[in-house]
Amino acid sequence: MNEIGNVDAVGVEERAAKYGTRSIKTASKVKGLKLAASMVDLTTLEGKDTPGKVRALCAKAVRPHDDLDCPPTGAVCVYPAMIKHARAALGDKSPVNIASVATAFPSGQVHLRTRLAEVKAAVADGADEIDMVINRGAFLSGEYNRMQDEIAAVAEACGEAVLKVILETSELETYDNIRAASFLAMRVIRQGDFIKTSTGKTSANATLANNQVMLDAIRDHYFETGMAIGMKPAGGIKSAKQALHFLVAVKETLGDAWLTNRRYRFGASSLLNDLLRQLVKMETGAYQAPYTFSEAAGAY
Amino acid sequence: MPRLPISKTPKCYVGGKFIRSESARTFPLNDATGEFFAHMPQCTRKDVRNAVEVAAKAGGGWAGRSAYNRGQILYRLAEMLEPRTAELVNALTLGGATVAEAKKEVAATIDRIVHYAGWTDKFEQILGNVNPVALPHFNFTVTESMGVIGVVAPDEAPLLGLLTCILPAVTAGNSVVVITSETAPYPAIALGEMLATSDLPGGVVNLLSGFRKEMVPTFATHEHIRGIGGVVNAADRKALEIGGAESMKRVKVFNTADAIDWYAGEGPKASLYAIADFLEYKTTWHPVGA
Repeated sequence: MNEIGNVDAVGVEERAAKYGTRSIKTASKVKGLKLAASMVDLTTLEGKDTPGKVRALCAKAVRPHDDLDCPPTGAVCVYPAMIKHARAALGDKSPVNIASVATAFPSGQVHLRTRLAEVKAAVADGADEIDMVINRGAFLSGEYNRMQDEIAAVAEACGEAVLKVILETSELETYDNIRAASFLAMRVIRQGDFIKTSTGKTSANATLANNQVMLDAIRDHYFETGMAIGMKPAGGIKSAKQALHFLVAVKETLGDAWLTNRRYRFGASSLLNDLLRQLVKMETGAYQAPYTFSEAAGAY
Repeated sequence: MPRLPISKTPKCYVGGKFIRSESARTFPLNDATGEFFAHMPQCTRKDVRNAVEVAAKAGGGWAGRSAYNRGQILYRLAEMLEPRTAELVNALTLGGATVAEAKKEVAATIDRIVHYAGWTDKFEQILGNVNPVALPHFNFTVTESMGVIGVVAPDEAPLLGLLTCILPAVTAGNSVVVITSETAPYPAIALGEMLATSDLPGGVVNLLSGFRKEMVPTFATHEHIRGIGGVVNAADRKALEIGGAESMKRVKVFNTADAIDWYAGEGPKASLYAIADFLEYKTTWHPVGA
């Protein structure tokens, strides 16, 4: 644990604040917006999800806008019970992956064998990517080996599927803990797997600062081992402007090699709508009303 | 030692807050004698964008209040202006009005607020209807507010004209984004300070000072602005009507060239039909007895 090192909290927050000052205009902005769209894990994780809603989500993921030249999203992200509906909607050769949360998302507070069974069932149903939650209880009580062993067991249960390890940063309390949990996870997952900030189900979500701590951890781990781990901030990223700030953080911390949806994703439900809204603004020059891009129509 | 006077930095009232332009630009405002008076915020299309966002956020809550409560709040605004008559008179004389003219304008403005405060819970009875149909159904027409309305304020009667353009849209339950007069923006700054102490929720009225040529094109094309009111010249009218057709918005403006009597208590300037300019009609069927 000691060799993982500590986080300079003030430095990280200052650096994160600086990302918000970068000016991205015209062609670079369009490129950034489209890149961000291609990185979205278009998400619906609600108790009221229906097969119909998931079908609509999949259609939107494949073709986000009728007129714009906008790439498909990286994935759709659904609950395990919805995987087969997503697979039926997307078919077998879709550019859009199916990500499923598993391991008793969002708390993870069930037996390991139940969690592993859920992962295997999700993969069997056709999930390309599995978003797992770490055992925060084990981490916070100092049972680091147990937390790591569980991640390793889930990685094994994933088989071919990509694994994303959710640290749930808001429950880890400190930047030092986020860095430590990142390293513990990265040491037992595979090239091409991801670490992810949050479930989106707690009050605090992805921020530029905790994103930065995790990007720094990914960079240090890459220099140590040569293994490239992906990153997925999730929850609370609603505007195109925020998304561009996160991309600036990626570019300035990890470089162009991470500016691809194989290594960086946004977990978001409403972000795609705002990206499309800004892309139409860039194309037409006219500011757009949010309700044109949202399922929740209304005068305001 | 003589005391140094503390001069005020005029700021725009947007979203219930006092802002400078996001561009940080200002333009100098002189008084009627040509003496420098203050640096006014020179708002831009991005300030319009931001103001529309906050207007849209505030609009739902404003439209959702009971008509009676909207009337109470507007009446309260008149109460806030009355004791500050002297301040408003000063703001108007700055632009060249005599004290007598300014007093007359302030009084007419306060009366106009009360006029529209009275309309809030009455226009529906006149504009809405139960339509006769030859079926066992009720057929109702009811009014609904439109959303965010852009207002281009006149240069004449900088306080009375401004409020006469804002009030009907607000009475109808809309929120407004206003480009204040270019030549006499200061009364709008003073009004903002009074709006802030009224019970009108922040964001329902948003006042941007600056140049029309920089903001009118954004008014014209912005999809989120549902209607445009106020007073414009021929070129701006054309731009607004073309942009309005593109973005499906209602353009109900007066021409700068027309001599408008802002004091007229009836007619297009102060009436039910000014409220109707920014209302949508919804007609619904309902089975009798169900």
